[in-house]
Amino acid sequence: MKPLPDILSTLAEYMPISVAQHISALLMAQIMRRHRDLFERLGEHRCKRFAFAPSDLPLAFVVSPNGPSVTVCRKPPVPEADAAVEGPLFMLLALLEGRQDADALFFSRDLTVTGDMEAMLALRNALDDSNIDLPNDLGAMAGPLAPLVSRVACGVRSRVLAEGEASWS
Amino acid sequence: MELICPAGTPAAFREAVDAGADSVYCGFRDETNARNFPGLNFTRDEMAEAVSHARQRGVKTLVTLNTFMRAGQEDIWYRAADDAARIGVDAVIVADFGLMAYFAEKWPAQRLHASVQASASSAAAVNFLVEAFGVRRVVLPRTLTIDDIARVSRDIRTEIEIFVFGGLCVMAEGRCSLSSYATGKSPNMNGVCSPASHVRYRREGDELVSILGDYTINRFPDGEAAGYPTLCKGRFHVGEQDGYAFEDPVSLDVMDQIDRLREAGVSALKIEGRQRGKAYVAEVVSTLRRALDASASERPAILSRLCMLSEGNRTTTGAYDKRWR
Repeated sequence: MKPLPDILSTLAEYMPISVAQHISALLMAQIMRRHRDLFERLGEHRCKRFAFAPSDLPLAFVVSPNGPSVTVCRKPPVPEADAAVEGPLFMLLALLEGRQDADALFFSRDLTVTGDMEAMLALRNALDDSNIDLPNDLGAMAGPLAPLVSRVACGVRSRVLAEGEASWS
Repeated sequence: MELICPAGTPAAFREAVDAGADSVYCGFRDETNARNFPGLNFTRDEMAEAVSHARQRGVKTLVTLNTFMRAGQEDIWYRAADDAARIGVDAVIVADFGLMAYFAEKWPAQRLHASVQASASSAAAVNFLVEAFGVRRVVLPRTLTIDDIARVSRDIRTEIEIFVFGGLCVMAEGRCSLSSYATGKSPNMNGVCSPASHVRYRREGDELVSILGDYTINRFPDGEAAGYPTLCKGRFHVGEQDGYAFEDPVSLDVMDQIDRLREAGVSALKIEGRQRGKAYVAEVVSTLRRALDASASERPAILSRLCMLSEGNRTTTGAYDKRWR
């Protein structure tokens, strides 16, 4: 799948961590508002901490479903968590939406998972059933510009997924 | 031929229906089914909704109750049986003879399929299930050749279903103890083969190391496709060599044999993968639907795209086209 453009990685490198933290918390709150049952399938694993480490971004995100909350850290190293997943950002976002199959990405070695596999599997299944749609879920935050933002984001997503598709077809 | 598709979540269920499934199989969120994985499967309410969703679109729902009952705790399975029947599922897929007897006695109108886990691999075994419990369809084990299937088919009085794509179990199904040996849990009794609670992945130099319980299952060098951490597909020291003693990390794909399977008496083709995501379900179901509707010469091109979704990024026809003894 297409890696993140260098300019965005560089931007993230110089962005103050407090700003990245604030933005991430806002985005997560919005997703939770639109998907209140998101973590229901986690069951006993709801108290675990999950690290998402985009390989093309100098940041990592630790999600605690119990809060729910998200903490942003600089990497390396990948922050401590019960379970961690590493891969290109667009791939992680595609997994978040259930648009790619995690097992296939693991087989092809595009995705690395470590830590508590039972918790990670529960999270994967919870996300897969959640019907998250990032362009529409997050676009709604743009107020009167929501339709425009969602349409542009959908276009970007289609292009990224089409390139990913072309690479394995 | 009927195309039977997997669903581990309601979202995957809807994808399977939309992608062209004739039937979708799924299980309750407990140990009564052989994919008892964390975060997977259906509550009773979700199952009722799924059945209704499918029925409105002319698709059948088959419910897997395909683990073996534990002595003293049969109620867990009986309750699941009662709930499946009350919900009105189109068929139940059962492995345990005791549970088959329960259906035959308490829900005689409920259509009953013998699970692959029942390991009925001869005409005599299949006919016993038909006569004793009224089994209407048998899922034959993945240990038979197509010629074996044709021979069984001639002597039985029920429909035949087989797995044609997805995870490949190479052992005598319903009888395998490898997972039990390594972890104390098995697909037969607990619904989990190589349970995630016992799996670890570790990076060692340029190798990905997969560990199950106290056992190192495999070491994948950088660039080599990985597989599931199951003992049957582990890399072993045998004599002076390291290699795959039972089977390589590989998935089943016998879709290029559809015409032979039809001639052998197979009436239903099943896709493995209730543990896979909805993206896998959508891709595989729509591709196999197109392949079923295409001519034999068009099929290889249609099916080739599925290789990258497979374990080890490779596929095999397994025992269906057995060339060893």
